[in-house]
Amino acid sequence: MPASLRPTRLRPWGLLVAVVVLAGVMLGSVLLGAIDLGAGRVVGEIVAELTGGRSPLSARESAILWQLRVPRVVLGGLVGAALAASGAAYQGVFHNPLADPYLLGAAAGAGMAATLVIVLDPNASSGIAGPVPIAAFAGALGGIGLTWLLGRSTGTSTATLVLAGVAVAAFLTAIQTFLQQENTDELQRVYAWTLGGLNTAGWQSVLLCLPYIGVGAIVLCFSGRLLDVLALGDDEALSLGIRPVRVRVAVLGAASLATAGAVAVSGLIGFVGIVVPHLVRLLFGGSYRVVVPMSLIGGAIFLIAADIVARTVLAPAELPIGVVTAFTGGPFFLVVLRSARNRIR
Amino acid sequence: MSRLLPKRGSRAVVGLFTLVGTILVAGCASHAPAEPASTGSNAGSAFPVTVVVPGGNTPVTIATQPKRIVSLDSSDSAILHAVGADKQVVAVDKDSDYPGAPRTSIDATTPNVEAIAGYRPDLVVTAYDNNNVVSGLTKLKIPVLLVNPPTNIADAYALWSDLGKATGHQSEADTLVNKTKQDIASAVAKTPKPAQPLSYYYELDPTFYTATSHSFIGSLLGQFHLTNIGDPADTASSAGYPQLSQEAILNANPAVIFLADGGSSGGQSPQTVQARPGWSTITAVQNGHVFVLNADDASEWGPTIDDLMTSAAADLAKVGQ
Repeated sequence: MPASLRPTRLRPWGLLVAVVVLAGVMLGSVLLGAIDLGAGRVVGEIVAELTGGRSPLSARESAILWQLRVPRVVLGGLVGAALAASGAAYQGVFHNPLADPYLLGAAAGAGMAATLVIVLDPNASSGIAGPVPIAAFAGALGGIGLTWLLGRSTGTSTATLVLAGVAVAAFLTAIQTFLQQENTDELQRVYAWTLGGLNTAGWQSVLLCLPYIGVGAIVLCFSGRLLDVLALGDDEALSLGIRPVRVRVAVLGAASLATAGAVAVSGLIGFVGIVVPHLVRLLFGGSYRVVVPMSLIGGAIFLIAADIVARTVLAPAELPIGVVTAFTGGPFFLVVLRSARNRIR
Repeated sequence: MSRLLPKRGSRAVVGLFTLVGTILVAGCASHAPAEPASTGSNAGSAFPVTVVVPGGNTPVTIATQPKRIVSLDSSDSAILHAVGADKQVVAVDKDSDYPGAPRTSIDATTPNVEAIAGYRPDLVVTAYDNNNVVSGLTKLKIPVLLVNPPTNIADAYALWSDLGKATGHQSEADTLVNKTKQDIASAVAKTPKPAQPLSYYYELDPTFYTATSHSFIGSLLGQFHLTNIGDPADTASSAGYPQLSQEAILNANPAVIFLADGGSSGGQSPQTVQARPGWSTITAVQNGHVFVLNADDASEWGPTIDDLMTSAAADLAKVGQ
């Protein structure tokens, strides 16, 4: 579809459908879990909480609902939204459909820093606001910063930046692997962390990542029009009075902030940043004024749904959510691509 | 902990590090210690012996009493020490830590055949066939005893006995087995048994990996008339070590929690457990029945199981009161 024919505004019905689906997935995720609390009793508990009535749940069941399950749903939504919207933004900045939050060394930096902390201090807490997530956050920003410096020093094209990202990721991964091999006793913890997951989620994790994801998401939502202009080319952008480099720095900064916040609380969860923005494009068109906000909602839906599977399919055991996102996202993506191709014909 | 849990992804990193390992060979080989002191053997005349390890490799025939043993596993090293074969041991891997152990930089998860051969061993004992170390050493005509980690106490005792037989210390091994059996039986007998079995959660790491009754440690603790809350989550692929969801742990409401990730192996403690969201509703937390186990003892199948069971018995006695 030519760019001029793309819908450039968020259509109310599309937004409404997305919000309704999100609400439905969230409700389903609150009702379903490793433990069956009974849908009616959960709804009764929510009503009781809102109206101050008598709760049908025991104190322990109430703790399962409000201190484990609900924050996990909220966190899954935040992390999914951050990864998908960042993915959309990276794809816009680099004009590269394969760009995702992990392309620029964010994941490698986070993984290396988390490994370093686990190795240096085996007592380091992976708990929220403990040294491990904080190091992951710093590492994600550090990885992206290193990529930016390296990319800037060798040229200004987006291709150089992507190549710098690949080089930085390979370098940081090599350091991480070396650290792991030197300290095989800690391998298990490092693997558990890099596989990602929302298993240890609580309200503290929500509070930890909310400011970063919130600020990043707001900036990204307002940069949709600028990304649309960038898609026309740097010369056109300049002629419209927009400085492409400044836009890229601002968008990359916001996307990286959101990514780092997500990585710090959930470990490394792949695939969301690529699949969701492309699904949104296929369904709603390619304008970034639509893609970025719809990716926020779509990412939340995708990750909350994936987490329902992760929590229930092997219950009472857990399945790493990264396995679910890759296993369900991959085939789903192929089906959508095929049907879109048939429709275009 | 990595000794007990499935080694996810280790093959990939192993491949990457083959090169580095090769470079390190020269360095490791040059650290080979001098000839060992006399063996102090009491059963040298019994050789040759043929040893069949439960779950191990094919029967291994050892022609003469080994005098240069390399052990690649901390449990096996501790057993060799306990049966009096330590004077025959010339090198152990970096995790073996019995008093006076000839520790080297050998990493049992990424062993290098050339580095091991550099110690001129006449017997190598290993618990895992990482990097195809067994076939590599066999090609060099070095006898290898592959001692797969046992999943129950009977297999563990059989392994101790086999290691005694392979090194010419059969009678010491039998004595050790009998003493440990008696100690554990007496610890179990002294522990009060409630009418209803106590439920317990065994935590391997802060992301809620657990050891079920089908694991070695679970089979040991099961002797105390306990039920393991991880059992319903166990599948063929988790092989005794599934990851639980917090909801399931809270819902199971264990009466006792054992932490194998306390202190230097995860930093967990009764205080950190109490502070987790929702965990204060668990009976074990409310009654103060959250116990930190010695993580090294808890991950081994050597003679330290004696200490582990004594310590668990003392913990459970507090619950019974």
